Amino acid sequence: MPSPNQTPKAVPIPPAGSALILLKINGVDRSLSIDPRTSLLDVLREHLSLTGPKKGCNQGACGACTVLMDGQRVLSCLSLAVQLEGREITTIEGIANGELHPLQAAFIEHDGFQCGYCTPGQICSAIGMFQEFQNGLPSAVTGDMAAATIEFSDTEIKERMSGNLCRCGAYVGICEAIHSAFDREVAK
Amino acid sequence: MKSFAYARAADLETAVQLLSKTPNAKLLGGGTNLVDLMRENIEQPDALVDVTGLPLDRIQERPDGGLVIGATVRNTAVAVHPVVRDRYPLLAQAIVFGASGQIRNMATVAGNLMQRTRCLYFYDHAARCNKRAPGAGCDAIGGFNRMHAILGASDSCIATHPSDMCVALAALNAKVKVVGPNGERTIAFEDFHRLPEDTPHIETDLQPGELITGIEIPPLGFARRSLYRKIRDRASYAFALVSVAAALEVDNGKVRNIRLALGGVAHKPWRATEAERVLAGANAGPESFRQAAEAELAPARGLAHNDFKIELAKRTIVGVLGELAGG
Repeated sequence: MPSPNQTPKAVPIPPAGSALILLKINGVDRSLSIDPRTSLLDVLREHLSLTGPKKGCNQGACGACTVLMDGQRVLSCLSLAVQLEGREITTIEGIANGELHPLQAAFIEHDGFQCGYCTPGQICSAIGMFQEFQNGLPSAVTGDMAAATIEFSDTEIKERMSGNLCRCGAYVGICEAIHSAFDREVAK
Repeated sequence: MKSFAYARAADLETAVQLLSKTPNAKLLGGGTNLVDLMRENIEQPDALVDVTGLPLDRIQERPDGGLVIGATVRNTAVAVHPVVRDRYPLLAQAIVFGASGQIRNMATVAGNLMQRTRCLYFYDHAARCNKRAPGAGCDAIGGFNRMHAILGASDSCIATHPSDMCVALAALNAKVKVVGPNGERTIAFEDFHRLPEDTPHIETDLQPGELITGIEIPPLGFARRSLYRKIRDRASYAFALVSVAAALEVDNGKVRNIRLALGGVAHKPWRATEAERVLAGANAGPESFRQAAEAELAPARGLAHNDFKIELAKRTIVGVLGELAGG
């Protein structure tokens, strides 16, 4: 017999059904009724017609689905939307603010793409990557983990962007675009 | 993906209750491994208990200089933490050598411990796998086994544990804090993951209804001088063929303190206790380092495609220790 203070607070989880979630997507509150299996990527593309994030591999290998969640880059294909209640999501559609984001302009200026399929993921990833860099996060090519300052070098950018594949091979242009958009900020 | 029920646990007691009272329930953290495995129909839980709302998302300094890292802290948050970067550089380094930036932002510390092997035969429903279907057999043993284990494998399973972070935690002698229906307990890191033996589907010491609440890292002054080196088939975003986590303190040319662990070589993060024993008090030079590596790898057994990893592991040990001793 369980003693009174061992009375379970929780009952077993009810059977599967639909779930209601509230997300803020590109600044707009969205209330959605979804099957718990739905990925954030499918919510964006299929429920909200935000087709910027791409379904490349759908298994976390290519980075084409990258979006920003509360400012951090994440893979929307491996995120179950049901657990993201209250989170703020920014897709490529929400990056520009009246005019192109400096990184978007730099991608055009430096030929950071050919077919463009990976580009929304590359741009969201690079914005998140730069914030991580500014926070002092070291990378696999940063020699000293405790370094007070890290050089915003090609080597650092390539390592930090290795989760985003480009089958057209626009990597040189992508790297130049990132330098062009963010080098000034590093100096600050 | 099979349909599942979902519940968010707001406190630990609820999480334990939900986990122990719901049939075939699994915990959901960042989802980076579990969601993929569910999509492949390898994991087929009937219910998911979301633990990301639990108050386990903090890194706390202990009065003795050690750290407690909460179970749901994201990998990036560990790697960027000033105390981790300063006192345990091998841990920060192991994390940034793993996965991609996006995955590190999502993946939790406990999920990193609980991730499953990337053995391709485990993922392939057309192949036999004792981990996926106990008793079925193992097609990796006679198959393409370049990525597979050279230490501690069995006739049932030659899969490796894929984590980088766990190799550093093994070297640091971390402890895994868990809670379950019978209360709290602490598991030594080397006892947390299991060797395959004839039950490779049982991968950890966690009992039914138990969940990880955090990782305790003891104070280890000499870990300020530590390294994680990962050898892989491409320069970034690939699993380890071999990795080495080490911390070394040299005093008057002799090894005063040594911690060594290997990744990519076994079903669990491999604490190199034999090498540590050989090195205790030895000259801090290439000859002793090689002797220690030979001793650790003496029981290693190579297969058709991974035989090279035995020599690779030895050379990586010698290289890492040489760099740490080199001034």
